[in-house]
Amino acid sequence: MSEDKIRVLVAKPGLDGHDRGAKVIARALRDAGMEVIYTGLRQSPEEIAQAALQEDVDVVALSCLSGAHMALFPRVVEHLEDRQAGDITVFGGGTIPDDDIEELEEQGIEDVFGPGTNTKRIIERIREVAA
Amino acid sequence: MDDPGQVADAVLDGNPRAAARLISWAEDRDDRAWRALERIHPETGSAEIQGVTGPPGSGKSTLVDKLVDSYREDEATVGVIAVDPSSPFTGGAVLADRIRMSRRSTDPDVFVRSMGSRGKLGGLAPAIHDAVRILDAMGKDVVVIETMGVGQGEVDIVRTADTVALVAVPGLGDDIQTIKAGIMEIADVFAVNKADLDGVQQTVAELESHLRLAFEDADDDAWRPPIVETIAKNGDGVDELVAAYEGHREHLETTGELDERRRERAEHEIVSLMKERVTERVLGSEEGTRRFEGFVEDVMGRKLTPRSAAGELLER
Ligand SMILES: Nc1nc2c(ncn2[C@@H]2O[C@H](COP(=O)(O)OP(=O)(O)O)[C@@H](O)[C@H]2O)c(=O)[nH]1
Ligand SMILES: [Mg+2]
Repeated sequence: MSEDKIRVLVAKPGLDGHDRGAKVIARALRDAGMEVIYTGLRQSPEEIAQAALQEDVDVVALSCLSGAHMALFPRVVEHLEDRQAGDITVFGGGTIPDDDIEELEEQGIEDVFGPGTNTKRIIERIREVAA
Repeated sequence: MDDPGQVADAVLDGNPRAAARLISWAEDRDDRAWRALERIHPETGSAEIQGVTGPPGSGKSTLVDKLVDSYREDEATVGVIAVDPSSPFTGGAVLADRIRMSRRSTDPDVFVRSMGSRGKLGGLAPAIHDAVRILDAMGKDVVVIETMGVGQGEVDIVRTADTVALVAVPGLGDDIQTIKAGIMEIADVFAVNKADLDGVQQTVAELESHLRLAFEDADDDAWRPPIVETIAKNGDGVDELVAAYEGHREHLETTGELDERRRERAEHEIVSLMKERVTERVLGSEEGTRRFEGFVEDVMGRKLTPRSAAGELLER
């Protein structure tokens, strides 16, 4: 009985030490029936790309609270492209000023979700891109 | 990345993207998986398959991370399959074993895959056998499987791995009880992890006295599981654990037990695939599901026994 299960990598690039938000998202996605691979704190963009590829995820959800998102998020996209895995969708979240969003989206981040984004909306977007 | 033949060839070339995709097809029971697996099957059988099981929190992932490190130092390539439970209600899962497996996280010769148990109560997803074969076919020398040690998962892993290490930790008296309740037989090696904590000696002593009883009347050439103390956190005892795995491997090869295990594994896998396919044939369509629900009503209404319902469903 085949089913196309949605798989999501939830990752925290950079040095900030808070993963409560990432864990909340991870559980919400699980409750929505998805398989969530959670890799923990302080991942480098290269580690994240390697994990995304091995786990064959549909989506990588990045969370960053340290302010280094402009440096880190696009590098995840680059590392995925280097591995011929540019078709994996990357979402970003965390404390990201509105002014940065457009530039991130230009650099291949599909969507950027600010703090307080309803998890229903995130789930919906993931289902759309994974379809 | 859509054509089974191409994916199979790429897996045989060691391409990680292709291997990852094929594992997903097998997990999803996607028809493309079967054609690709047909192609790679003849190229499998050379990897050493090791299992690590034990209660949640006993340090399995931390230990696997150290094992991987040790194998890489010997230049062996490694695949890891880490299984965590899926929610029986939503089918979703949070798979978090990678958190503790970061030492080789950019090493191209290490491939780590997280799997949800997908609905098999406490047991392992059928795709685990396929995932092992895929990592074997892509050329991994060693494949390590981590499974949560609750109930069926522990028993299933014996049917998947050549050598199984059971991880125990000090201070959990109940653990030893579960071990006594029949889990004992599945361990080829005992790792008493968290040996930095109080109570290690007692845990080791309990295991030893249990083994003494269990092996009282055993043949001389029977394998007696060694007990290894480990501190996965800092790598203490990992060399000894590797040596224990090697010792058991040698035992399997010299006694012919390896073939015996692989025969049992093949038998078990064929039988479970028959069950899966029969269930699929009967329930796999909307019409089948409707018929099934009708029979459920009949059983509930005491018109039919479950056995006759099963018989009638299989009739056509
Ligand atoms: N004190 C101590 N803690 C350990 C040791 N090995 C692992 N841990 C800790 O035990 C917890 C669970 O480890 P994990 O590897 O995730 O266990 P698993 O659920 O069996 O895979 C983590 O907080 C580890 O840091 C050890 O040898 N000693
Ligand atoms: Mg674990």
